[in-house]
Amino acid sequence: MWLVEARTVFGRARVRALLVVLAAVPLFLVVAVYLSGGPAAGNGPPFVDRVSHNAVFAALAALTVAMPFFIPLSVAVVAGDSIAGEASLGTLRYLLVRPAGRGRLLLAKAVVLGLFCVVAAIDIVVVGIIAGVVFFPHGAVVTVSGTTVSFLDGVGRSLIAALVVGASMFGLASIGLFVSTLSDVPIAVMAVTVGLVIVSGILDSVSEVSFLHPWLFTNYWTAFYDLVRSPVYWHNIWKDLVLQAGYIAVFGAAAWARMTSRDVLA
Amino acid sequence: MSGDGAGAAVQTSLAIKTSGLAKHFGHFPAVDGIDLAVPAGSTYGFLGPNGSGKTTTIRVLLGLVGPTAGTWSLLGEPMPERAMSTLPHVGALVEGPAFYPWLSGQDNLARFDAMGPGGHSSTRAQRIAEALARVGLTAAAKKKYKAYSLGMRQRLGLALALLVPRQLLVLDEPTNGMDPQGTREIRHLVRQLGAGGTTVFLSSHLLSEVEQICSHVGVMHRGKLLMQGTLDDLRANANPKLRVEVDDPARAAEVLTRMGIADLDRQGAQVVGTIDGVLPEDCCRALVEAGVGVRMLVKEQASLEDAFVAMTGEGFDVAG
Repeated sequence: MWLVEARTVFGRARVRALLVVLAAVPLFLVVAVYLSGGPAAGNGPPFVDRVSHNAVFAALAALTVAMPFFIPLSVAVVAGDSIAGEASLGTLRYLLVRPAGRGRLLLAKAVVLGLFCVVAAIDIVVVGIIAGVVFFPHGAVVTVSGTTVSFLDGVGRSLIAALVVGASMFGLASIGLFVSTLSDVPIAVMAVTVGLVIVSGILDSVSEVSFLHPWLFTNYWTAFYDLVRSPVYWHNIWKDLVLQAGYIAVFGAAAWARMTSRDVLA
Repeated sequence: MSGDGAGAAVQTSLAIKTSGLAKHFGHFPAVDGIDLAVPAGSTYGFLGPNGSGKTTTIRVLLGLVGPTAGTWSLLGEPMPERAMSTLPHVGALVEGPAFYPWLSGQDNLARFDAMGPGGHSSTRAQRIAEALARVGLTAAAKKKYKAYSLGMRQRLGLALALLVPRQLLVLDEPTNGMDPQGTREIRHLVRQLGAGGTTVFLSSHLLSEVEQICSHVGVMHRGKLLMQGTLDDLRANANPKLRVEVDDPARAAEVLTRMGIADLDRQGAQVVGTIDGVLPEDCCRALVEAGVGVRMLVKEQASLEDAFVAMTGEGFDVAG
């Protein structure tokens, strides 16, 4: 069932287009830096000034650029399609009559949504590294702490960064999945989910509500930066993973409660 | 309890049984405490005008919507507790077909088949091909669903319901949106399925459709089940009619009124009215004695529409 669901989701033109758009982020970034020489050290978004030094930073810079908007947007689109999309097509009633089982169906949707989160992040990192290798040096990596690690170590750290980003996105995806169980209109789910990202981001930047910050799901989204310190600084990454697990538990349970009780009228 | 194999239970076994089933939306009782009894093996016409609660009833039966009150069972199994083991034996078409527009007809069927229990993957391709052939879609199997016409979509919906052999088919308006030829084919298919022993629960707002293919009928009106039984039981609710063709319709109408024939309607040389306990031969004698020339005199069986009007006091095409 999970496999069938994954094939349907990833076979869809819309989802493939999202992955292509995400892959375009590192491509544009690498070409722009190559043509312009990139910003001076210390300027621009994190890592962008280092893109021309090493291919690994092309991947990390692309991840940084895509993190606040492109990835959450694509996750929100797929989350909107998951339950609300089936409801708007009317296929939800045939899945339930099949019977797919409400809980089992929700679980399959959640698993594939999680898979999309990871695939989206890995997509960016892999394309970033490949594009970086084509245009820039790919020798030993100088970490932000000033030490040097091997290129393979750097690639490994980038892939771990993709997994951490994927996990962060899964927290958002669980919110989207819950909203999706409330609605028959996928675009509304997408809008609400993206809206929550924006609200959380704004609250995160207002120091008057700093007591809220550790609880905001966007708060540790940039924790993956710490992977290119030497030694790796895991503290915020763990905090991020624990926080996302909390969001997944709370919104997953809410989605479950709603999904197993809702009247399917669409 | 379970109807499986219990020979003695065959006579009384019900494919669908509800008691006091109700579904309210806010204060509006869409389904208002109905007691359905659909005998196993019957072709049951669930008849009612649009908006009478047929589709809501079907949604409750299939577990899509939770009832406000009442209990129900499908194939002898209590629902919704046994839904996962019972629904694989139930094929359904609910409120029109719904598929993924970007997938082909056969890929759509494959997805649904793989998303639940009871459809073995080794036989899938063959079952899909057979189901498509059965509804006449073989040529369009690889076409994307979005390119399907309304009638083809309806056929694909039926193919989905027929993907595995079913004990019960719940078909909500199966000929909706089909051309006359397609309508004939689908009715033929439903009759065939019924003859093969499958219980068919068919909702329709078309009296003629139910009259043509059903053995049993339940009449819904404003959320209530007005009656259920065989087609003849339903017809018995309406009085038969007397139709005469005469040389002097005006005079005939006078005589028949005196005889107690109600609802007189003059149609050219013919006069039609409802017989309510009056014998046709007495009417004939009275007409002749009054000097009316009788060319024809027939007692007509009430149509389902007459029966419906008799029960509800309204025409059939009411309630938006």
